[in-house]
Amino acid sequence: MEWKIEGSPNEQGGEKPKVGRQLMEKTLEQENCREKVEEIVASFPEKKGALIPALQAIQEEFGYLPRPALEVLAKSLRVPFSTVYGVATFYAQFHLEPRGKHIVRVCMGTACHVRGGKKLLETLERELGVEAGGTTEDLNFTLEEVACIGACGLAPAVMVDDETFGRLTPDKLTEVLDQYRQ
Amino acid sequence: MAQITVKINGQEVKIDRGKSLLQACEQIGVDVPTLCYHPRVAIAGACRLCMVEDKKSGQLVASCTLEADEGMEIETESPRVVEARKLVLDLLLASHDVDCFACERNGNCRLQDYAYRYEIERTSFPGERREFPLDNQNPFFERDYNRCIQCGLCVRACHEIPQAGAIDFANRGFSSEIATPFNVPLEESTCVFCGMCVELCPVGALVPKLDRFTGRPWELEKVKTTCAYCGVGCQIELNINDGRVVGINGYEDCKPNYGDLCVKGKFGWDYIHHPDRLTSPLIRKEGKLVPATWEEALDYTAQRLKEIKEGFGGEALGGLTSAKCTNEENYLFQKFVRTALATHNIDHCARL
Amino acid sequence: MEPTRVLVGMGTCGIAAGARKVMEAFEKGLEGIEGVELLPTGCVGLCEKEVVAEVQKNGDKTIYGDLTTEKVERLIEEAILGGDVIEEWIAARPEEPILAKQERIVLENCGHINPENMEEYLERGGYKGLEKALKEMSPDQVVEEVKISGLRGRGGGGFPAGLKWQFAREAPGEKKYVVCNADEGDPGAFMDRSIKEGDPHALLEGMLICGYAIGSDEGYIYVRAEYPLAIKRLKIAMQQAEKSGYLGENILGTGFNFKLKIKEGAGAFVCGEETALLASIEGRMGRPRPRPPYPATRGLWNKPTNINNVETYANIPRIISRGGEKFAGIGTEKSTGTKVFALTGKINNTGLIEVPMGISIREIIYDIGGGIPDGREFKAVQIGGPSGGCIPAHLLDLPIDYDSLVESGAIMGSGGLVTMDEETCMVDVAWFFLNFTQKESCGKCTPCREGTKRMLEILERIKAGRGEPEDIEKLKFLGRNIVDTSLCGLGQTAPNPVLSTLRFFEDEYMAHIEEQSCPAGACTDLLRYEIVQEDCKRCSICVKVCPANAISGKPKEKHLINQDLCTKCNACLEKCPFDAIVKK
Repeated sequence: MEWKIEGSPNEQGGEKPKVGRQLMEKTLEQENCREKVEEIVASFPEKKGALIPALQAIQEEFGYLPRPALEVLAKSLRVPFSTVYGVATFYAQFHLEPRGKHIVRVCMGTACHVRGGKKLLETLERELGVEAGGTTEDLNFTLEEVACIGACGLAPAVMVDDETFGRLTPDKLTEVLDQYRQ
Repeated sequence: MAQITVKINGQEVKIDRGKSLLQACEQIGVDVPTLCYHPRVAIAGACRLCMVEDKKSGQLVASCTLEADEGMEIETESPRVVEARKLVLDLLLASHDVDCFACERNGNCRLQDYAYRYEIERTSFPGERREFPLDNQNPFFERDYNRCIQCGLCVRACHEIPQAGAIDFANRGFSSEIATPFNVPLEESTCVFCGMCVELCPVGALVPKLDRFTGRPWELEKVKTTCAYCGVGCQIELNINDGRVVGINGYEDCKPNYGDLCVKGKFGWDYIHHPDRLTSPLIRKEGKLVPATWEEALDYTAQRLKEIKEGFGGEALGGLTSAKCTNEENYLFQKFVRTALATHNIDHCARL
Repeated sequence: MEPTRVLVGMGTCGIAAGARKVMEAFEKGLEGIEGVELLPTGCVGLCEKEVVAEVQKNGDKTIYGDLTTEKVERLIEEAILGGDVIEEWIAARPEEPILAKQERIVLENCGHINPENMEEYLERGGYKGLEKALKEMSPDQVVEEVKISGLRGRGGGGFPAGLKWQFAREAPGEKKYVVCNADEGDPGAFMDRSIKEGDPHALLEGMLICGYAIGSDEGYIYVRAEYPLAIKRLKIAMQQAEKSGYLGENILGTGFNFKLKIKEGAGAFVCGEETALLASIEGRMGRPRPRPPYPATRGLWNKPTNINNVETYANIPRIISRGGEKFAGIGTEKSTGTKVFALTGKINNTGLIEVPMGISIREIIYDIGGGIPDGREFKAVQIGGPSGGCIPAHLLDLPIDYDSLVESGAIMGSGGLVTMDEETCMVDVAWFFLNFTQKESCGKCTPCREGTKRMLEILERIKAGRGEPEDIEKLKFLGRNIVDTSLCGLGQTAPNPVLSTLRFFEDEYMAHIEEQSCPAGACTDLLRYEIVQEDCKRCSICVKVCPANAISGKPKEKHLINQDLCTKCNACLEKCPFDAIVKK
């Protein structure tokens, strides 16, 4: 599953969801999306408390939360659409924009901070040509900061998808990155 | 109901169990400042302005959310309380567009009142601000979130009163804001433009468009009346400036609407001074509509109804009544149609 | 004869350090060899020594550390099949202070059993507590036993667990819930994750006992989605427990029913606050609500609910099976039992430790932690993560218990313990933690939403050398009032790192403000990199590595750093073969 700790699209200084782009998606096989979302909703026998797990399932299905899917979800769960949007933007895990195939997360926890996590982030920003929170144009990488991945003994650490790489230096990091290049 | 006794600023108060400290203060006329509290909606405890000092624990507590308990002793203006309130107001001003003289709520703004009361001239924390474009797209009210203090009253009003659920909080922390889903214009949301958010907004973030630049709050005369739109008979308050209606508010503590309004009652008052508005009955004479007095018009109507009934029978007549009338008026009218006109041809505009 | 067992540490840390490859090497090396069991295990706590494996042979246990695939062959030959102990690879010996000073109750199984095999938990006394509670004790007796133990909530606040249970038990209502706060989100804390990964059944058993005690038949574990391995192991444990009749309907034939669900968090630190956590389970934004009413009377879906964290529940089976008195005998009078800490930062033995309450900070840092690396001076330790405070060197003998820590301006917190040395800037530390909480503020109440932002802006200004003398007072004014007026625990504790560093290190703040200098040399804006021309050999390596093109000069020419372009990335200093670059 794709997730992140910090830096939702609407985090300070971050970009606001682009309405235009979202409207465009409306044309994207909307019926297909409806079926899928209804299927997901049906998989939760109890409607109460289902909103967040349903959003997680939708994100797992589509890689992010497409607007039409959220509209269908709001109707199926009988939750105001504004609340669905509120929940989707409150939690850092959720994304309203498509994301990269590989998610690179740089740990910014205490130990990694002290041991040079910032330098790793700068290396990645340089190598990938995107800032933290951004996705490369070829949709291969999304770069993110995370609060702490709990691998403090291995600081500084970076996660690529579900793999954790520890005790990194900028040079070693470049090697790691190469494994995931297209 | 069981009563309990609490001590507020040294004064003993007997109050019903289950009431909050804030309500206890209200009961004896102690004015505790609040921005996010409104009796019409659920309590949030968000603004933290109503903090009072609990003498026994020495802690500051939010008076809006804490249930009064037997033997409680509180101070509502102790130095600690005042310091905390000053900070809250100072912080709100740091993120608020302090452009009072362009603001419609100047003179009727709780933030302004409290800043004055606690002697805050300007914020001590100039820094980053959330910035929002002014939204004046919809026909009824402007949204200027640069003035928003995030008390959340609009959100609670929207979800609890008309249950429209058009807006909610989005994002979190310093980036949180009030938004429609994906920031679509209000007209594309589930908003019903009841204006309850505008009614409850304690500052100038939500302002009716028609009211703009029509008079300062202190120039307005308030006249209580009944809304003319439908049979519910909502009680409203006209804002009158120089003999002209310039705005409408609901007011609480009065049946049947207790302050709630709908889009027509809140925003649809511009017909009052409209040049096309009929102000006297018209009688068609020689193909032309000519103004007449009420006596003239009623006499003429009664006479024609009588003539038609005598000439063609009751079935030649019909009555059509209006949703603007009360139930009693509608009842009387159908009675009149059936008995005086002798026909069952009676209907109502709501079925048109 | 007992088979020889090889347990490879396969917690998140171990896997990150390469445990999978080591495991594969063992599998290959041990293929076809009988009498040796190869198993995964959870975290033994020796993070610095990962990859770690324990060899259990003839009743002896030896923990080897810093393992690589290359070392596996010799290990199999000499230590597993042969009768030798490879002294130089031993990670830690039981008699060494790093282990001897610890007392493991909660972590007693972590690193020693295969967490995916319930049999191993049962062999070590697992589910005995539940069985005793269900068959021999009344719910009131269970609550009483927890009260006797003196166990206080391990999530930070330290509220007596027994009392909390009693409130939930006495709260009127048919339906009640048991909730586990497993949303461990403090940066630098991984205690709960290790328990979930290393001994998941202990958590389940603790929750089951709580369900019986308060009269609940349904529980939720709210886990961070960032802990995929923990979630996986909990799910496996739940399946096993259900199959064996410890979970579900008519547990152990006693008529007690209990069902358990896992809810994955969606990335919001504030959901560690109990009312926000409940809101999140209910599918809403994690915006806390005022208390009272407390969850014990109005919790999940307005029903009475008991919430504890992972470590608290994991203590319960041991308390019930061995008796509350015994537990109360450990630690101090008012803080009984043990506490798990995640030891990180500038310390030799980073890792997960469990110590009896009342132990001094000095013992943790120097005896267990092995002191500060590279002979540097200890400066302070941050306890309680972003909600806690720092304890400076002169308080090193402070005992670790709830009340002493609060008195000194820190809190027990969930167990993050970050060590700092002379090269750590306390303004930077305060900024780091506040930056975290500020980003994680839910935004509901004014002081936290607006106030933490303004504090952070002031800290940023000070770090950049643009602070003003009145900023100190402003920080104290903001901090004190945010603590006093915020709605929930996040805001009420967010200023602590600032207030406590101000309490002990105000001079360091003043140095930034008055002299525009960072005594620890950590605030990059206040640093200057310079080339010492006498030592410089004009090799121009620095010119090439500088990402900002801030260093001028061709080979054999004089090199100079353009201070306007320099981003203080430290690359030149690291790469200079002649140590000719200094930072001031």
